Formats: sequence, structure tokens, C-alpha cells
Amino acid sequence: MSLALTATERADLVRRHQGAIDGSLKTRLTTIAVVAGLLGLFLYGLTTLEVSLWKMITGIGNLGTFVVLMLPPDPGSAARAVIFVKALFETIAIAFLGTILAAILAFPLGFLAAKNVVANRVIHFLARRSLDTVRGVDALIWALIWVNVVGLGPFAGMLAIMTSDLGAFGKLYSEAIESADRKPVEGVTSSGGGKLHEIRFGLIPQVLPVIASQVLYYIESNTRSSTIIGIVGAGGIGLYLAETIRTLEWQQVSFLILLVLAAVTAIDFLSSKLRFAIIGKRAL
Amino acid sequence: MAGFVPAMTEWRPAATGEPRDGTIMTLTIDRNDPAIRGHADLYRREMGAKRRQALLGAAIFIACVVLSAIGSEVDLAKFAANAWRFPKYILETLPTLRLATLGADLKEWYWGLNGWLKLLWQTLLIAYVGTVLGAVGGFLLCFSAAANLGRAGWLRWTTRRFLEFCRTVPEIVFALIFVIAFGLGPLPGVLAIAIHTMGAMGKLFSEVVENIDMKPVDGLTATGAGWWQTIRFAVVPQVLSNFASYALLRFEINVRGASIMGFVGAGGIGQDLIEAIRKFYFTDVSAILLMIIVTVMLIDYGTERLRHALLSLEHRS
Repeated sequence: MSLALTATERADLVRRHQGAIDGSLKTRLTTIAVVAGLLGLFLYGLTTLEVSLWKMITGIGNLGTFVVLMLPPDPGSAARAVIFVKALFETIAIAFLGTILAAILAFPLGFLAAKNVVANRVIHFLARRSLDTVRGVDALIWALIWVNVVGLGPFAGMLAIMTSDLGAFGKLYSEAIESADRKPVEGVTSSGGGKLHEIRFGLIPQVLPVIASQVLYYIESNTRSSTIIGIVGAGGIGLYLAETIRTLEWQQVSFLILLVLAAVTAIDFLSSKLRFAIIGKRAL
Repeated sequence: MAGFVPAMTEWRPAATGEPRDGTIMTLTIDRNDPAIRGHADLYRREMGAKRRQALLGAAIFIACVVLSAIGSEVDLAKFAANAWRFPKYILETLPTLRLATLGADLKEWYWGLNGWLKLLWQTLLIAYVGTVLGAVGGFLLCFSAAANLGRAGWLRWTTRRFLEFCRTVPEIVFALIFVIAFGLGPLPGVLAIAIHTMGAMGKLFSEVVENIDMKPVDGLTATGAGWWQTIRFAVVPQVLSNFASYALLRFEINVRGASIMGFVGAGGIGQDLIEAIRKFYFTDVSAILLMIIVTVMLIDYGTERLRHALLSLEHRS
């Protein structure tokens, strides 16, 4: 017995299940309309943004030259290498301290913005919106503002990372607190604990692992942001990256990029180890 | 805080549960019982070990904080002396709006509205075109980066390292390099965002692909379909709504990213913003920032609604 269909059998099958094969006309038309709309906007974008084939070709040609000039990565001199590595540590220090300070300072804000702690709707609304506003401003912009306040240098960068993370952490905390289970809190109350005891023994054990893993994640992502904060003069390796790119020292550029890659990979590795140690093998 | 001990009351079973012979059962513990003592010692030892571990962790943590405070040149005296400038700066950026002349004041605050709107639209387009290009790139690469679709090991390794490179290098660094290669304008911004998006989306997409139901893949392989046919008819229908949802999320992130591309000359509203900050046009700073924040919030809200619609679409089918 062979499994092959004869031509008539096949035609018969196709005729019987025509509806299933074609699908509904409405879905198909919607799909076509959505794709056409997306594509149209894309093409409109390409023309408005002055993208032309000639520009692309010359640009990619230039890029090719740069890549060739980048090899092999070379800091130029041993003294430069020491400066670069020091700037890298400055970058990591900015990310670490900025995140930790934001995580600590956002704690009261998180409680303020949580619906089940502060029941007043006006305060809740105001707290949420101001956190959103702080979060909506990029760390690079905060860095520019802090440079005006405390002057150039890594201190301004640290404050910028801290400010932009305050909003994010406040939101995360308030969500973690809102979704926390009420039962442990009630348990503490029933055995005679006060309001502070409720928070310490009922809420914190529930939210701490979530918060710790989020803090670790933010340290990771802030290492990336703090590598660029130096572009506006707020310390770290970004200053040297921008400077060497502008002066076309391509070998030093590739050396710096390699340094950043190595640091980010190392921190990713460390934080994933730590995260497993804190919250176990639970997925997060 | 450590002094909290749950109030201990002697526990008695409820009246109905009392044994027939009238004796009352209590839970008194004989603390001198050697078995209980052994347990207590064990408990104390274990807790001691745990506490030592926690203390060690805290010590390492504090050492790290101190080291990074030195590294980032934290100067509390300078901070205390200059902290007043921060609220002053924020206050200075606020415009003077009087109720009597509200219209004129608003007009003065947003004197450059037409130009800014044009730049804002350009920012959105940079984000959109970058997201589309990046999503297409990520879509094409995610199948060879996924571990469950039987591609050669070396190809998977290379794809994954490439995607990692694309998402680890910050987009503004790409933008700096592209500005020199392609010239000033929005094009380097688009390409920088596209490359970064490709790295991030390629990883997310490949994780989605690794979580699919493998039965349709087996079915298509059994009918003799090729690799691309398997992908098209067995994998793509399962992952498309998730992909679209991630792309929308990424679009929102890219709008934020595109708003600072102008800092390095890569187009968008960032160029006016940095000029306003550098030249201390205070009210312009607040006007532009407010526009960016409102736009990002609106897009945040819109994409969230769309994503929920997409995900419920998947659950229905």
C-alpha cells in the first residue's frame, strides 16, 4: 500500500477542504492592510530621513576601512592602557554605587506609591506620575543637569544613574508590594505584631528576593549606560570612547570596546551566579 | 526589630475536642530533655553559620560600596555645598505662567513648537525605521541562534556571539562611529538603533523559539519539508504574536533611545535639547523634555494596549 494520492483524490480533498486551505477572507485582508501600512510608513520614513543608496554604499565603504584600521586592538602605550583600565573601574563604580543608592532611596517612594500602603488616591496618583516623569528622562540628560550642579567628573555620573533609576525602582517596588500576599501580614498582626513588625516580617521577606534580583539586573544594565555617560563629561570610559572616535584613533577605539565587552560579560556572569544564590533555581 | 517574639499563650484544644477522661492536653515542652537539647543545639549551630555567612556578605558588600565611592569621587562636602543648585536648576527651567496672560505665556514657552514637532516626528521615524530593520534582522537570525531547530553548532555559536556583540555595545557608541562613516543626519541614528535592536531582539526571539511546541516541527519534518518550510509552517505561526509584542515593547525603548541620538549629531530632537542645556536656555529645556516625556508616555500606553490585544488574540485561536 502506498501513501501517495492520485490526482483525482487530491483534487477531491482540496475541494472538500477549500475553506480551511484558503482561510477567512477577513483575516487575510486585515493582514494585508496591516503589512501594507507598516511597509508604507517604513518607506515614508526612509525618504524623509534622507536615506539613499549612494549614502549607504559610501558609508559602508568607510565602515569597512575603519574596521580594517581597528585591527589589531592596541591602547597606544602602556600609560594609556592604565588610564583606560582605571576609567573602566570608574565606570563600574558609577554603575554599582548609583544603582545601590537608588535602590535604597527608592524604598520609601515605593511604599508611598503602593495602593495597599497609602490608600489616598491623590497621593498615589501624584507619586506614580512623578516616578514616571523621572523615569522618562534619560540618564544622559540627568548627567547633563548634574554636571551643572556638581561639576564635571564621575560624581555627576553617579548621581545621574541614581536619579534615573529612582523612578524605575520606585515603580518596581510599589508593584512588588501591591502584589504581595496579605496572609503573612495578617499572621503577624494576629500574633500581636505592630505596623513595623508587619512590614519587617510580613512584607519584606516576600519582596526582598524579587527586589534583590531586580537590583542585580539594574547593575548589569547600568554598566552599559555608564559606559556612555562620559560622552557628556560625567566620568567613566565614555569620555575616552568619544575622544578616540572623534580623533579617529581606531585601534584605541577597538581596544576600549573590547574592554567594555569584557567588563559587561564579567558582570553578567557574576550577577547571574549571585541571582541563583539569592533566589535559587526559580526562573526570573 | 529583632526583639519581636510572637505572643505565646498556652494552647488548649477546644472544649469539644477534650478527651473523655477529663484530662486537659497541653503542649508543654521539657527543655531539659536531651533530644530537645540536641535539636536546639543543632538549630543554634545552623543559624550561627547562616548569620556568619550573611555578615560576610554584608562585609563584602560594604567594601564594594566604599571602593566604588572612592572610584566615583563621591564628595559629600561638595554635594552639600552645591545641592541647592539642583532644585534651583529645576525651578529655573519652569516657565512663568500667569493666569491672566496664559495664552501668551504658553506661546512664549513653546516659541519653537513647529520646529520641535518636526524634530519629534523625525525622532519617532528614526525609532520606527530602526525597530523595523532591527526586528527583521533579529527575525532572520533567531532561528539559527535557537538550540532546538537542529542547525550546526558552529553556526549557532557564531550567531549568538554576533548578537551579543550587537546588544552589548551601547547604541550611542555605534552612532558616534556611524556619524563619521555616514555623515551627520538621521541615517547613522537609524542604523545604530537597528543594530542594537537586532542584538536584543535576536536573543528574545530565539528564546521564544526555544519554547515552542515541537510537535508541528516533527509533523512537517515527517512530510519531507525542508528547513525553511518547517520554519514557515511549523514555527512562525506559533511565535508571531509574541514576536510582534516584543517588537512593540522595543519600539517604545527605541523612542527613548532616539531622543538622545541628537547628542552626537545623529538626528532627532536630541540636537535641540543638548543645545538648550549647553546654552542655558532654561525654559526650552523644560519645553522639549515635557514633549519627549508626554510622547513616550502616550506610546507606552498605546503599545501596552496593542500588546494585550495581541496576546489575547493568541489565546483565542
